[in-house]
Amino acid sequence: MLAEIILILGIVVIGTGGEICLTRAMKTIGEVHDFRPRALLSVFGRAMRVGWMWLALLLMTAGFFSLLGMLSLENVSFVVPVTALSYVVGAYGGALFLGEKVTRQRWLGVLLVCIGVTMVWKGRG
Amino acid sequence: MTPGSGLHLKTFFLLFIMVVFGPLGDVLLSKGMKDLGEIPNWSLAELAHLFVGVFTSGVIWLGILSLIGFFIAYTLVLSWADYSFVQPASSFSYAVVALLGHFALGEKITLLRWAGILVICCGVLIVGHTPLRTTQDAAESSMQPTTLERT
Repeated sequence: MLAEIILILGIVVIGTGGEICLTRAMKTIGEVHDFRPRALLSVFGRAMRVGWMWLALLLMTAGFFSLLGMLSLENVSFVVPVTALSYVVGAYGGALFLGEKVTRQRWLGVLLVCIGVTMVWKGRG
Repeated sequence: MTPGSGLHLKTFFLLFIMVVFGPLGDVLLSKGMKDLGEIPNWSLAELAHLFVGVFTSGVIWLGILSLIGFFIAYTLVLSWADYSFVQPASSFSYAVVALLGHFALGEKITLLRWAGILVICCGVLIVGHTPLRTTQDAAESSMQPTTLERT
Protein backbone atom coordinates (compact mmCIF):
# COMPACT_ATOMS: atom_id res chain seq x y z
CA MET A 1 0.00 0.00 0.00
CA LEU A 2 2.87 2.39 0.90
CA ALA A 3 4.62 1.63 -2.39
CA GLU A 4 1.40 2.33 -4.27
CA ILE A 5 0.89 5.69 -2.55
CA ILE A 6 4.50 6.72 -3.23
CA LEU A 7 4.19 5.70 -6.88
CA ILE A 8 0.90 7.58 -7.28
CA LEU A 9 2.51 10.68 -5.74
CA GLY A 10 5.39 10.24 -8.19
CA ILE A 11 2.97 10.14 -11.12
CA VAL A 12 0.73 12.95 -9.88
CA VAL A 13 3.14 15.45 -8.31
CA ILE A 14 6.43 14.87 -10.15
CA GLY A 15 4.80 14.03 -13.49
CA THR A 16 2.50 17.05 -13.35
CA GLY A 17 5.41 19.27 -12.29
CA GLY A 18 7.12 18.11 -15.47
CA GLU A 19 4.07 18.95 -17.56
CA ILE A 20 3.91 22.44 -16.08
CA CYS A 21 7.58 22.93 -16.99
CA LEU A 22 6.76 21.61 -20.48
CA THR A 23 3.96 24.16 -20.83
CA ARG A 24 6.27 26.96 -19.76
CA ALA A 25 8.87 25.82 -22.30
CA MET A 26 6.33 25.66 -25.14
CA LYS A 27 4.84 29.05 -24.27
CA THR A 28 8.38 30.44 -24.46
CA ILE A 29 8.68 29.00 -27.99
CA GLY A 30 5.32 30.48 -29.02
CA GLU A 31 2.36 29.12 -30.95
CA VAL A 32 3.16 26.50 -33.62
CA HIS A 33 1.59 27.42 -36.99
CA ASP A 34 3.52 25.23 -39.43
CA PHE A 35 3.03 21.47 -39.08
CA ARG A 36 5.34 20.34 -41.89
CA PRO A 37 8.03 17.89 -40.69
CA ARG A 38 10.93 20.32 -41.25
CA ALA A 39 9.12 23.08 -39.34
CA LEU A 40 8.31 20.67 -36.51
CA LEU A 41 11.97 19.65 -36.33
CA SER A 42 12.86 23.32 -36.06
CA VAL A 43 10.36 23.72 -33.20
CA PHE A 44 11.88 20.66 -31.54
CA GLY A 45 15.37 22.13 -31.91
CA ARG A 46 14.29 25.46 -30.39
CA ALA A 47 12.48 23.66 -27.58
CA MET A 48 15.60 21.73 -26.67
CA ARG A 49 17.44 25.02 -26.14
CA VAL A 50 14.99 26.04 -23.42
CA GLY A 51 16.04 25.03 -19.91
CA TRP A 52 12.46 24.41 -18.81
CA MET A 53 12.20 21.67 -21.45
CA TRP A 54 15.11 19.75 -19.93
CA LEU A 55 13.65 20.05 -16.45
CA ALA A 56 10.30 18.89 -17.90
CA LEU A 57 11.91 15.83 -19.50
CA LEU A 58 13.69 14.93 -16.26
CA LEU A 59 10.54 15.17 -14.13
CA MET A 60 8.35 13.45 -16.72
CA THR A 61 10.85 10.59 -16.96
CA ALA A 62 10.59 10.13 -13.18
CA GLY A 63 6.79 10.25 -13.51
CA PHE A 64 6.96 7.66 -16.31
CA PHE A 65 8.93 5.18 -14.22
CA SER A 66 6.47 5.70 -11.36
CA LEU A 67 3.70 4.83 -13.82
CA LEU A 68 5.53 1.68 -14.93
CA GLY A 69 5.96 0.62 -11.31
CA MET A 70 2.30 1.22 -10.58
CA LEU A 71 1.21 -0.70 -13.69
CA SER A 72 3.16 -3.70 -12.45
CA LEU A 73 1.05 -3.64 -9.27
CA GLU A 74 -2.45 -2.68 -10.44
CA ASN A 75 -4.77 -2.87 -13.46
CA VAL A 76 -4.50 -0.11 -16.03
CA SER A 77 -8.23 0.64 -15.68
CA PHE A 78 -7.51 1.51 -12.03
CA VAL A 79 -4.12 3.21 -12.36
CA VAL A 80 -4.90 5.64 -15.17
CA PRO A 81 -8.16 7.07 -13.73
CA VAL A 82 -6.49 7.52 -10.31
CA THR A 83 -3.75 9.60 -11.93
CA ALA A 84 -6.52 12.13 -12.72
CA LEU A 85 -5.58 13.55 -9.32
CA SER A 86 -2.98 15.42 -11.35
CA TYR A 87 -5.85 17.76 -12.32
CA VAL A 88 -5.75 19.31 -8.90
CA VAL A 89 -1.98 19.79 -9.11
CA GLY A 90 -2.37 20.99 -12.71
CA ALA A 91 -5.04 23.58 -11.91
CA TYR A 92 -3.06 24.94 -8.94
CA GLY A 93 0.19 24.84 -10.93
CA GLY A 94 -1.40 26.52 -13.97
CA ALA A 95 -2.68 29.34 -11.75
CA LEU A 96 0.44 29.68 -9.60
CA PHE A 97 3.28 29.21 -12.08
CA LEU A 98 1.80 29.97 -15.50
CA GLY A 99 -0.54 32.85 -14.69
CA GLU A 100 -3.59 30.98 -16.04
CA LYS A 101 -6.98 32.12 -14.79
CA VAL A 102 -8.68 29.03 -13.44
CA THR A 103 -12.36 29.94 -13.41
CA ARG A 104 -14.99 28.63 -11.01
CA GLN A 105 -16.27 26.43 -13.83
CA ARG A 106 -12.86 24.82 -14.21
CA TRP A 107 -12.60 24.31 -10.46
CA LEU A 108 -16.03 22.64 -10.55
CA GLY A 109 -14.76 20.31 -13.29
CA VAL A 110 -11.65 19.54 -11.25
CA LEU A 111 -13.84 18.83 -8.20
CA LEU A 112 -15.92 16.36 -10.24
CA VAL A 113 -12.73 14.69 -11.42
CA CYS A 114 -11.64 14.29 -7.79
CA ILE A 115 -15.02 12.75 -6.88
CA GLY A 116 -14.70 10.40 -9.86
CA VAL A 117 -11.20 9.38 -8.81
CA THR A 118 -12.45 8.64 -5.30
CA MET A 119 -15.18 6.40 -6.75
CA VAL A 120 -12.62 4.60 -8.93
CA TRP A 121 -10.46 4.06 -5.85
CA LYS A 122 -13.40 2.73 -3.84
CA GLY A 123 -14.40 0.47 -6.71
CA ARG A 124 -11.15 -1.46 -6.70
CA GLY A 125 -12.81 -4.80 -7.09
CA MET B 1 -4.95 36.07 -31.01
CA THR B 2 -8.66 35.45 -30.74
CA PRO B 3 -9.41 31.74 -30.71
CA GLY B 4 -11.01 31.17 -34.13
CA SER B 5 -12.44 28.14 -35.86
CA GLY B 6 -9.03 27.20 -37.31
CA LEU B 7 -7.49 27.30 -33.88
CA HIS B 8 -10.31 25.17 -32.50
CA LEU B 9 -10.03 22.69 -35.38
CA LYS B 10 -6.33 22.05 -34.89
CA THR B 11 -6.80 22.00 -31.11
CA PHE B 12 -9.50 19.33 -31.24
CA PHE B 13 -7.65 17.32 -33.91
CA LEU B 14 -4.60 17.13 -31.65
CA LEU B 15 -6.80 16.32 -28.63
CA PHE B 16 -8.23 13.42 -30.67
CA ILE B 17 -4.70 12.14 -31.38
CA MET B 18 -3.96 12.39 -27.65
CA VAL B 19 -7.13 10.50 -26.67
CA VAL B 20 -6.28 7.62 -29.02
CA PHE B 21 -2.51 7.27 -28.58
CA GLY B 22 -2.38 7.98 -24.83
CA PRO B 23 -4.68 5.12 -23.73
CA LEU B 24 -3.20 2.74 -26.31
CA GLY B 25 0.26 3.43 -24.89
CA ASP B 26 -0.94 2.94 -21.30
CA VAL B 27 -2.60 -0.38 -22.15
CA LEU B 28 0.51 -1.63 -23.97
CA LEU B 29 2.69 -0.59 -21.02
CA SER B 30 0.33 -2.38 -18.66
CA LYS B 31 0.48 -5.55 -20.78
CA GLY B 32 4.28 -5.35 -20.88
CA MET B 33 4.62 -4.78 -17.13
CA LYS B 34 2.18 -7.59 -16.32
CA ASP B 35 4.21 -9.90 -18.57
CA LEU B 36 7.32 -9.01 -16.53
CA GLY B 37 5.53 -9.94 -13.32
CA GLU B 38 5.02 -8.16 -10.02
CA ILE B 39 8.09 -6.83 -8.22
CA PRO B 40 8.54 -9.07 -5.15
CA ASN B 41 10.64 -6.51 -3.29
CA TRP B 42 12.02 -3.09 -4.08
CA SER B 43 15.74 -3.89 -3.75
CA LEU B 44 18.22 -2.32 -6.18
CA ALA B 45 18.92 -5.72 -7.75
CA GLU B 46 15.20 -6.26 -8.43
CA LEU B 47 14.84 -2.75 -9.86
CA ALA B 48 17.90 -3.24 -12.10
CA HIS B 49 16.43 -6.54 -13.32
CA LEU B 50 13.11 -4.80 -13.97
CA PHE B 51 14.86 -1.98 -15.80
CA VAL B 52 16.50 -4.45 -18.19
CA GLY B 53 13.19 -6.27 -18.65
CA VAL B 54 11.39 -3.02 -19.46
CA PHE B 55 13.79 -2.04 -22.22
CA THR B 56 13.92 -5.47 -23.83
CA SER B 57 10.14 -5.84 -24.05
CA GLY B 58 8.69 -5.27 -27.53
CA VAL B 59 5.23 -4.55 -26.11
CA ILE B 60 6.63 -1.84 -23.85
CA TRP B 61 8.50 -0.29 -26.77
CA LEU B 62 5.24 -0.21 -28.75
CA GLY B 63 3.63 1.49 -25.76
CA ILE B 64 6.48 4.00 -25.59
CA LEU B 65 6.10 4.73 -29.34
CA SER B 66 2.39 5.28 -28.86
CA LEU B 67 3.07 7.61 -25.93
CA ILE B 68 5.61 9.52 -28.03
CA GLY B 69 2.77 10.12 -30.55
CA PHE B 70 0.66 11.35 -27.64
CA PHE B 71 3.53 13.51 -26.35
CA ILE B 72 4.11 15.21 -29.74
CA ALA B 73 0.42 16.13 -30.03
CA TYR B 74 0.38 17.25 -26.39
CA THR B 75 3.50 19.41 -26.78
CA LEU B 76 2.16 21.09 -29.92
CA VAL B 77 -1.24 21.90 -28.44
CA LEU B 78 0.38 23.35 -25.33
CA SER B 79 2.14 25.93 -27.50
CA TRP B 80 -1.14 27.87 -27.76
CA ALA B 81 -3.76 26.42 -25.40
CA ASP B 82 -3.91 26.68 -21.61
CA TYR B 83 -2.49 23.79 -19.64
CA SER B 84 -5.53 23.89 -17.35
CA PHE B 85 -7.72 23.43 -20.47
CA VAL B 86 -5.67 20.79 -22.31
CA GLN B 87 -5.06 18.52 -19.34
CA PRO B 88 -8.72 18.00 -18.39
CA ALA B 89 -9.96 18.07 -22.00
CA SER B 90 -7.71 15.14 -22.82
CA SER B 91 -9.15 13.08 -20.02
CA PHE B 92 -11.71 11.32 -22.19
CA SER B 93 -8.77 8.98 -22.43
CA TYR B 94 -9.83 7.65 -19.00
CA ALA B 95 -12.94 6.15 -20.53
CA VAL B 96 -10.96 4.86 -23.52
CA VAL B 97 -8.33 3.26 -21.28
CA ALA B 98 -11.03 1.52 -19.22
CA LEU B 99 -12.67 0.17 -22.37
CA LEU B 100 -9.32 -1.04 -23.72
CA GLY B 101 -8.41 -2.52 -20.33
CA HIS B 102 -11.71 -4.39 -20.24
CA PHE B 103 -11.83 -5.64 -23.81
CA ALA B 104 -8.12 -6.04 -24.65
CA LEU B 105 -6.71 -7.13 -21.29
CA GLY B 106 -9.83 -8.73 -19.78
CA GLU B 107 -9.76 -6.54 -16.67
CA LYS B 108 -12.80 -6.73 -14.42
CA ILE B 109 -14.22 -3.28 -13.89
CA THR B 110 -16.74 -2.79 -11.11
CA LEU B 111 -19.86 -0.71 -11.55
CA LEU B 112 -18.51 1.86 -9.08
CA ARG B 113 -15.33 2.22 -11.14
CA TRP B 114 -17.36 2.75 -14.34
CA ALA B 115 -19.45 5.34 -12.49
CA GLY B 116 -16.26 7.06 -11.29
CA ILE B 117 -14.93 7.22 -14.84
CA LEU B 118 -18.28 8.69 -15.98
CA VAL B 119 -18.03 11.37 -13.27
CA ILE B 120 -14.47 12.14 -14.42
CA CYS B 121 -15.75 12.58 -17.99
CA CYS B 122 -18.51 14.93 -16.71
CA GLY B 123 -15.78 16.98 -15.04
CA VAL B 124 -14.02 17.06 -18.39
CA LEU B 125 -17.13 18.29 -20.19
CA ILE B 126 -17.46 21.17 -17.74
CA VAL B 127 -13.82 22.13 -18.11
CA GLY B 128 -14.11 21.83 -21.90
CA HIS B 129 -16.66 24.64 -21.95
CA THR B 130 -14.25 27.10 -20.37
CA PRO B 131 -12.16 29.51 -22.51
CA LEU B 132 -9.39 27.87 -24.52
CA ARG B 133 -6.75 30.32 -23.41
CA THR B 134 -6.71 32.74 -20.49
CA THR B 135 -3.16 34.03 -20.83
CA GLN B 136 -1.72 36.60 -23.27
CA ASP B 137 0.15 35.50 -26.41
CA ALA B 138 3.54 34.02 -25.63
CA ALA B 139 5.29 37.21 -26.75
CA GLU B 140 3.14 39.28 -24.42
CA SER B 141 3.24 36.77 -21.65
CA SER B 142 3.42 38.16 -18.19
CA MET B 143 5.95 35.46 -17.38
CA GLN B 144 9.32 37.08 -16.99
CA PRO B 145 12.26 35.22 -18.55
CA THR B 146 14.22 33.38 -15.95
CA THR B 147 17.56 31.65 -15.97
CA LEU B 148 15.83 28.49 -17.08
CA GLU B 149 14.44 30.11 -20.23
CA ARG B 150 16.52 30.40 -23.40
CA THR B 151 19.58 28.99 -21.71
